[in-house]
Amino acid sequence: MEVDQLQRNFLEYTNLLFREGFLDGQFSQLQLLQDESNPDFVFEVVSLFFEDSERLLNDLTIALDQQNVDFKKIDAHVHQLKGSSSSIGAQRVKNTCIAFRDVCLEQNAEGCLRCLQQVKQEYLLVKTKLEALLRVRVPHLFSLEQQIVAAGGAIPMLNDFC
Amino acid sequence: MGMAAADSEFHVLAVDDSLIDRKLVERLLKTSSFQVTTVDSGSKALEFLGWHEDDRSNSNETSVSPKNHQEVEVNLVITDYCMPGMTGYDLLKKMKESSSLRNIPVVIMSSENVPSRITRCLEEGAEEFFLKPMKLSDVNKLRPHMMKTKCKDDNNIIEKPEKQEKQESNKEEETTPQETDDVQLQTPPQSLQEQLNGNNNNKRKSIDDGLPPDRTRPRYNGLTVMSN
Repeated sequence: MEVDQLQRNFLEYTNLLFREGFLDGQFSQLQLLQDESNPDFVFEVVSLFFEDSERLLNDLTIALDQQNVDFKKIDAHVHQLKGSSSSIGAQRVKNTCIAFRDVCLEQNAEGCLRCLQQVKQEYLLVKTKLEALLRVRVPHLFSLEQQIVAAGGAIPMLNDFC
Repeated sequence: MGMAAADSEFHVLAVDDSLIDRKLVERLLKTSSFQVTTVDSGSKALEFLGWHEDDRSNSNETSVSPKNHQEVEVNLVITDYCMPGMTGYDLLKKMKESSSLRNIPVVIMSSENVPSRITRCLEEGAEEFFLKPMKLSDVNKLRPHMMKTKCKDDNNIIEKPEKQEKQESNKEEETTPQETDDVQLQTPPQSLQEQLNGNNNNKRKSIDDGLPPDRTRPRYNGLTVMSN
């Protein structure tokens, strides 16, 4: 059945993302909050995360490019990024931010640059994967979720990770 | 005792500078059928609550009722700790210093697990301290705190008469319970049962050192139950 196959694909892919540590239980919590009255909730939150992260990564790049690096400002930005990645379950981004803050405390500019590179990398990775899951980059093509719903199925939940 | 329907809505004011977290909290709260207003700063929260500069508990000004200054009734404030300008702690403090706002339960959220921070907030009068990100299970802990204020506002009438039986006149939880004024509960809902186990009248209990790393024990004003 078409719906079954779509559901299996969705589950498998999300499972993979969980196994590889890109997403943690918080992402499942987001899925739990999505229902018929709020069918785009996950999409909306993830979109906000993309916007927020890109702004913060940009600010961080500028801040680290200054003659006199303002480590307090850097820490504030990283704290925000850590918060939003944690809120959507982007585990690897969050963990990289945690490490980033430690390096920031040492006021090590070069170390911070390396951390920034890492965070950017992790962010791009999770972004690609979430986009694949939600098809946000090409909105006129239905996301896997929308295809399932359109075919008359329900979005499978990953109770193991709740 | 013609009471309004027991499922009258609770209104929560959520304060967080992060747009994502505001969206999350709002959804979490709405899922539990709460009415929600979100603001992005402590000062906006105070504005919404109708706070006034000279509105202190020890003020000599008489006010007609605690609701004098409030435009809209708020049953609980949930706030992020780390915010630019006014922190969640500052907001909590201002509310507790205000005669009109001190009775509104306040819950603090933080992404950081700092025991001294948790202690400070609870000692200042916060009902709960949640680690972010919040979950549905955390939201379930909010209702008992809101029910307390409902009880007070509605002239001591207990919210859910179909589940409880009043012996004589009922009493607010805040005052010392006396033998003749106890409420006998039949099948208390889970949240009330937890209150009974807490059985503590002092809102500002000092916290001992052994705090669990991720959650603090919620403190409840217990309803003393005495058998007939």
